[in-house]
Amino acid sequence: MAEVKSPIPGTFYRRPSPEEPPFKSEGDSVAVGDVVGLVEVMKSFIEVKSEVAGTIKSFTVENEQPVTAGAVVAELDD
Amino acid sequence: MTVKVLNPGLFTTIQDLGRPGYFHLGIPIGGGMDRLSLRAANLLVGNPEDAAVLETVFMGPQLEFEQDATVAVTGADLPPRVDGEAKESWTAFKVKAGQTLTFDYLKEGARAYIAISGGIDTPLYLGSRSTYPIGALGGIDGRPVAIGDQIPIGEGAGAKEGRSIPDALRRLPGNPAELRVLPGLYWRLITEEAGRNFFEDTWAVAPEADRMGVRFRGGREMTFKEREQPFGAGSDPSNIVDGCYSYGSIQVPGGKEPIVLHRDAVSGGGYFTLGAVISADMDLIGQLQPHTPTRFVAVDMEQALAARAERAALRGRIREALQ
Repeated sequence: MAEVKSPIPGTFYRRPSPEEPPFKSEGDSVAVGDVVGLVEVMKSFIEVKSEVAGTIKSFTVENEQPVTAGAVVAELDD
Repeated sequence: MTVKVLNPGLFTTIQDLGRPGYFHLGIPIGGGMDRLSLRAANLLVGNPEDAAVLETVFMGPQLEFEQDATVAVTGADLPPRVDGEAKESWTAFKVKAGQTLTFDYLKEGARAYIAISGGIDTPLYLGSRSTYPIGALGGIDGRPVAIGDQIPIGEGAGAKEGRSIPDALRRLPGNPAELRVLPGLYWRLITEEAGRNFFEDTWAVAPEADRMGVRFRGGREMTFKEREQPFGAGSDPSNIVDGCYSYGSIQVPGGKEPIVLHRDAVSGGGYFTLGAVISADMDLIGQLQPHTPTRFVAVDMEQALAARAERAALRGRIREALQ
């Protein structure tokens, strides 16, 4: 099973902004380079991109929760 | 020789020990946020302690070397690799011409210091190579390093590889982190209860923390003693008639979230400062990750000076360990 990891520590967001739908939901297909969330740190929002293709099985971090660098934010089915 | 930036990481800046002497003109002291680690990195590769290095935060850069060099990475646990081969932190290693230095995910701490034998040789600005991005001073064009930059490196034979700083002489904050605070001039403005709460509460590092200041949240809001705001001060009880800020001073806008001013801070303003984090603990602040639980611990001047002397002794022990 493939994983999407946060490159940096900070606060994880599933949506580009509070009014918009999530980048990805469970069951959505993901291509290499697709954005699955944002991490906020040092007044910047950094995109979390998938390095593999697959289908989102589950998110392992809730919206607006803290993440560490290298933390798995989503699990993918191949 | 130069080192080419293939990927700059999140926010990687050229830093030395800073440019003290201009704070009264509004130009901050700048320099590495964790100066002990910066000095240690330079000593490991055989540079003068105040040579310029790369300060990288949360995510390391990818660097391609044009010539052989000795390199050391200190501070945060951000594991280095040379052409994919894992190297030890706090230990000098060789990088050969054509090889690439990369980093794994950050494990602990926040800022790593990458020293290269010969030191980074960008132009001095007001006596320092430190980058102050907000003022666009120092470094390369006053900004963090970017893709394609050719970072100039000075001449230096470089120390031999394998030199290492023992674990006992390395410093990172604990969890919770503890920061010692000397209450200051404006402590009198808050109520006794607010003063007690400040030291009792466990705070958390806010994600927006940067080189200017580190904000904390999660503690109780402060209450202020009744007073008529003096002429020239704003209407909020946390406002004062503009005053000077020191490195380490703690301002609490609106009595809500304490902000510890760091190397690139503004030099004055209209918020009261309840005291200052002691100089011995300022390096630790540079290593705080977002959301780290943090306690403030009250000390008096005597304890602050003793801690400063201890810190100087630690620098001495690091120098001795590398002789």
